Amino acid sequence: MAERGVGVGGRPDLSRGPGRLLVTLYGVFTVAAASRSVYQLSTRFDEAPLAYLLSALAALVYAFITVSLVRGGETARRVALVCCAAELTGVLVVGTWTLVDSAAFPDATVWSDYGLGYLLLPLILPVTGLLWLRGARPAGPAGAARE
Amino acid sequence: MLTPLTVVVAVAALLQAAWCGYAAFRDQPVKDWHYAGMAAVLLLTLAQLVVGLVALGGGERPAGDGTAVFVSYLVMVVLCLPVVAIVSLGERSRWGSATVSAGALVLAVLELRLADVWAGGVGG
Repeated sequence: MAERGVGVGGRPDLSRGPGRLLVTLYGVFTVAAASRSVYQLSTRFDEAPLAYLLSALAALVYAFITVSLVRGGETARRVALVCCAAELTGVLVVGTWTLVDSAAFPDATVWSDYGLGYLLLPLILPVTGLLWLRGARPAGPAGAARE
Repeated sequence: MLTPLTVVVAVAALLQAAWCGYAAFRDQPVKDWHYAGMAAVLLLTLAQLVVGLVALGGGERPAGDGTAVFVSYLVMVVLCLPVVAIVSLGERSRWGSATVSAGALVLAVLELRLADVWAGGVGG
């Protein structure tokens, strides 16, 4: 192995090095978003359906990214890239939306105010993820041809 | 809810986060002393779980309708360090230390939310 985070044959190994940290953080956010949405949907769905459905969607995206990262490999790297981009879009859109039209959101979601309630981590995570996934790109055509 | 205990746990978690963050900064893996620190913080969180459950059992309730949220936060606080400890056991590099540091930070944030929920700020 030439470098931490790069597996045999240049295939990005997301279960090592910085990938470990990324996966752990995504795991944390999956649990946070999922438990939040389960609680909100089960107890107070009528109050703010849009906000709570968005929380559930966020939870699904986080869960999907976590699983892709754990599975590893080139396919997972591409899926994770797409999801991180989707997540970043989600944070930006919902964040702006909550600022512009706060009436649509009587209660907060994970992505409200760009994730300010979660130390802006929802905004920082996908950017870090995107940067790191780009860095973990396999160097040669052999890596790209896998899977 | 015992406010001093919440503060102690939060401060201990922050110290653990700084300690392991420093190890990551110096390119060092998690060492035995770090695990001892985690065990100490874990004991504190377990004590908090017991104190919280005893308070609930004694008829005390978080302000507002936050009992379920409160209990789930109590449990997640306890789970934080064991999870990152297991991850760091399989990652003997600076990134293991960084992971533990992040987990301890999450713990500290959960303590804030825990106090918040007890005071009635459920917020979901």
